Amino acid sequence: MNLFELDSVTYRFSRIVAVDGLSMAIPSGTRVALLGANGSGKSTLLRILDGLYFPESGRVRFLGEDLTESRVADDDFAQRFRRRVGLLFQNPDVQLFNATVFDEVAFGPLQLRRPAAEVRARVMDTLERLRLTHLVDRVPHRLSGGEKKRVALASVLVMDPEVLLLDEPTDALDPRSQSQLIDLLMTWADGSKSVITATHHLGILDEIADRCFVLDKGRLVAERSPAELLQDEGLLDRTNLIHVHRHRHGDVHVHAHPHTHRL
Amino acid sequence: MTGATGSRGAVERTVDGLLHAMERALSAEAGAGGAGLLQSIDPRVKLAGLLALIAAVALSHRLGVIAALLAVGLLLAASSRVQVATLVSGVWLTAVGFSVALALPAVFLTPGRTVATLPLVGWAMTATGLTSAAYLVLRVAAAATFGFLLVFTTRWSHVLKALRSFGMPIVLVAVLAMTYRYILLLLEAAHDMFVARRSRTVGRLMPAVRRRLAGQSAGVLLGRSLQLGSEVYLAMQARGFRGEVYLLDDFAMGRADWLAVAAFAAVTTAAVWAGR
Repeated sequence: MNLFELDSVTYRFSRIVAVDGLSMAIPSGTRVALLGANGSGKSTLLRILDGLYFPESGRVRFLGEDLTESRVADDDFAQRFRRRVGLLFQNPDVQLFNATVFDEVAFGPLQLRRPAAEVRARVMDTLERLRLTHLVDRVPHRLSGGEKKRVALASVLVMDPEVLLLDEPTDALDPRSQSQLIDLLMTWADGSKSVITATHHLGILDEIADRCFVLDKGRLVAERSPAELLQDEGLLDRTNLIHVHRHRHGDVHVHAHPHTHRL
Repeated sequence: MTGATGSRGAVERTVDGLLHAMERALSAEAGAGGAGLLQSIDPRVKLAGLLALIAAVALSHRLGVIAALLAVGLLLAASSRVQVATLVSGVWLTAVGFSVALALPAVFLTPGRTVATLPLVGWAMTATGLTSAAYLVLRVAAAATFGFLLVFTTRWSHVLKALRSFGMPIVLVAVLAMTYRYILLLLEAAHDMFVARRSRTVGRLMPAVRRRLAGQSAGVLLGRSLQLGSEVYLAMQARGFRGEVYLLDDFAMGRADWLAVAAFAAVTTAAVWAGR
């Protein structure tokens, strides 16, 4: 059974079309990358998949069930859905609104009405796995950018969702933190979760995805494996995922020429 | 956060001041679980009790009673390990200072028996004017102290849950829950915008240009505020928030809480009766 099915989905912000007649199917248990330049509709699509935005036309299904505004308004369905699907926002600042890191990570399980003892145990276990226990009493708002991102991720992982939706998870992280985050996501639950990652970083594709969907101006323009996609420089260039520029080869070989460079 | 102030306009200084105050409130909240009299009381009792005392302050028509209520506030602060310096910088410098500025003209303008005259200018202070000013300043000082004690000794999430337990509608609690975080984000956005603008500004701007820029900034911030409000709420929804407040700590009334109920009720009733 497909995890998500989208059929001719269109979503617009006022007059701007963010997702334009999108149809796609994401099988359960896969790791998917949503690729596209800024403004291609990746973040909007993730929010549609998380039942936060509802399309003005078209149909979205989660495990065969329609994902509509009225369904998500239903308490039972919302409980089941939020327990199964977690979203990491691109901007961790909007996701961190509690007084301490502990409260922040405990927020989700409490909303899902888990028993207090279980919540405490889960929070401490998650903080330990993400090496965040030293921040447990800190105010999230005052953390560094990388720490905020990790706490935001902890606040999602603590709910142990079957499906992880990640919006630019490595954005604004230093190279070391990026590697650590990717390692963590690969090893989380022994890689058994469905992970859908919106990104424009081609360098991490091999590690985070089995399938790639390329978006451009809200439309699906390609579905490939990471290896196939990385070979197709024409497609990557057309969708602004790579660029051509001039560069120099240092003191050894000083000249300039057109050069294709992966972001 | 607040550096040199020489090249900053009034709007920017105000935004920085508000941001600083919000950050202090956040820090205070992180420490609200500490030891102390008010920290140990059930949040529902504390919320109702302190609001009742604020009502008693507003209803009282005797200066002595209002002063006594202020003394109760100071006593509560001391027993809750709230330092006087924190109280002064957190409440009195702003709230009381503002009310003094508001009340000052009444001292000279209200008709009545002259009790003193200002040297040099010769302005007469009247007994009625002084009394009116004292009422305003004392009322603000006492009410602001009780309000501050509630915020300083109670986690925001506990305040929200207490409000829900008193029957406040879910939608209002959801708005309050979101607003708290949202205000801080908005102030940060405003602060960043002013810093970015300053980095591209050479010399002092003409007052008319500054006013125009302030107007434009307000417009941009309004747009951002709508976006931020939506983002914060979506992030809460994404983790299952539906307006109801769930906490690790369940509220349970103990013997100390019932004693606190009796104490709050006794002080409030006595103050309202004596100050009628």
